[in-house]
Amino acid sequence: MKKYSVFAIAREAMRGHKGWEEQWTSPEPKKEYDVIIVGAGGHGLATAYYLASEHGITNIAVLEKGWLGGGNTGRNTTIIRSNYLYDESAGIYDHALKLWDGLSQELNYNVMYSARGVMMLAHNVHDVQVFKRHIHANRLNGIDNEWLTPEEAKAFCPPLNISKEARYPVMGAALQRRGGTARHDAVAWGYARGASARGVHIIQNCEVTGIKRAANGAVSGVETTRGFIGAKKVGVVAAGHSSVIMNMAGVRMPLESYPLQALVSEPIKPVVPCVVMSNTVHAYISQSDKGELVIGAGTDQYVSYSQTGGLHILQHTLDAICEMFPIFTRMKMLRSWGGIVDVTPDRSPILAKTPVKGLYVNCGWGTGGFKATPGSGNVFAHTIAKDEPHPINAPFTLERFRTGRLIDEAAAAAVAH
Amino acid sequence: MLLIRCPYCEEERPELEFRNAGEAHIARPTNIAAESDDDFEKFFFIRANPKGVIYERWRHIHGCARFFNAVRDTVTDKFVMTYKAGEPKPAKLPGAPK
Repeated sequence: MKKYSVFAIAREAMRGHKGWEEQWTSPEPKKEYDVIIVGAGGHGLATAYYLASEHGITNIAVLEKGWLGGGNTGRNTTIIRSNYLYDESAGIYDHALKLWDGLSQELNYNVMYSARGVMMLAHNVHDVQVFKRHIHANRLNGIDNEWLTPEEAKAFCPPLNISKEARYPVMGAALQRRGGTARHDAVAWGYARGASARGVHIIQNCEVTGIKRAANGAVSGVETTRGFIGAKKVGVVAAGHSSVIMNMAGVRMPLESYPLQALVSEPIKPVVPCVVMSNTVHAYISQSDKGELVIGAGTDQYVSYSQTGGLHILQHTLDAICEMFPIFTRMKMLRSWGGIVDVTPDRSPILAKTPVKGLYVNCGWGTGGFKATPGSGNVFAHTIAKDEPHPINAPFTLERFRTGRLIDEAAAAAVAH
Repeated sequence: MLLIRCPYCEEERPELEFRNAGEAHIARPTNIAAESDDDFEKFFFIRANPKGVIYERWRHIHGCARFFNAVRDTVTDKFVMTYKAGEPKPAKLPGAPK
C-alpha cells in the first residue's frame, strides 16, 4: 500500500496522476479462510481491519452481496455521539468516539471526522428533566455533555428558532461537543484499504446463501453465489439482513427490520455549524461539507426489506425541520433514500458469540450504528480472535433476552430509535 | 404510503389510518408465570422477521379501531390479503401455485 501524503500528491501531479494504485484488490475467493466476515459495510470492514492489525489474523474474507459500503454505511446521516444513558452503552459508544479521534491518521485515509458538536433540543419539561439526567449520568461516565439555555443554543446554532411562539418552543439543549459527523463512504473505503493492504480478501458481488455446519454442529463454511468457502469462524455483520443470515444457521433472532429514510437538500453556503437533533418533534439535521443539509427521518412502522419508505415519514420530518429552522421552508430537497435497519427489543446492539460454535454476530444497531463503527469493529474483532467477548461488549449478549439483563436504551432513549 | 384493506370496513384506506401491531399468530401463554425462560424469550422477543411473506397484525385505529391480520410481502410491501382477527392463518394464499 502506497502511503497517501502531500508528497504523494506532488509526485503524482508531476506525472499525470498515473501512479495511483487501486485502494483494495478484488481477488478470487480461496477455498478456505481462517475467518469469514459476512457483510462489507463499515462494521464488517472495521472488524476485518482490526483482526488483521491488532490480532495478527490476516487470512480473512469479507463477503458482500452487493458493493462495498453500499448498504446502511452509505445511507445514513453520519452522526457521531456517545451520550447514551446506561454504563454499558456509554462504554461501547465512547470507545468508538475515542477511536474516531485519530482514525484518519491510523488509516492514512481522510474520514473527515468533524467534532462540530451534537445538540439535542428539549421542547417540554419532560425533555428538560430527561436531558439533565443524561448529562449527569454521562459526566459520571467521563463523557462530555452540557446543558445550554435557549439563548446559548441559538448562539451555538444561529439559524435555530427559539421563539416562545413556536408550537414546540426550545426550552434548552444538551450539547456534546465531541460529537459530530464523518464522511461515511470514506470510513468504508479507509477500512477496506487498510484491511486489503494487510492481506484481507474483500469479495464483492458474492452473496451468502447458506451456512454449513460440521457433524459436531460447529460452523464449517458458507455457501455463496460463487461456490462453497470454508472457514471455522464466521462473523455475521449483515445489518437489516441479520435475521436472514442467522436463520441459515438455525438461529432465530430477536430482531425486526424496518426502513429508515434520510434526505439531502440542494447545496447552500454554510449555515448549520453543528448537528441538531430533536426527539420530540422528530428530526435531525447537519450540513455536509458540500453544503447539502443532511436530514434524518424516522422508521416506517412495518417490517420491510424494500429499501424505500413512506413519503409521509419524510413530510413529517420536514414539517419539524421547518418548525425548528423557518429559514429552510423554501428549500428544495434533492434526493432521499432508505436503508433497512435491524432493531432489537431493547434498542441496544448484539455483539456476541452464538449457540453455534464458530458463529459470531454483530447486529441490532438499529437506527444509530454508524457512530459506533470503529468501536464495534474493534471489540467484535477481539470477540472472534479470542473466542470470548471484550469487556466492553460482554454485556451485549444474545442471551440477555432470555436472562432479562436488558440494556434498555429504548426506555432511556435521548432520541428516537 | 401503503393502501390497506380493512376486512371490517371492507375498503382500502391509507396507511395513516392504521397502526402496525407486529407479528400475527403469536399466542399469549395462558399461564405466563409458569413459562420457562426459553419459552418466554420465544414468545416475547424472538421474531420471524422474514424476507418475503409476513403474517402481521394491523389496527384500524383511526377508523373502526379493530385489530385484524394481513399477509404482505416484505420485499415489495404488497399486500396479499387481509383477514379478520381470530380467523386461522390461511393455509393457501391467493395467487399461490396449486
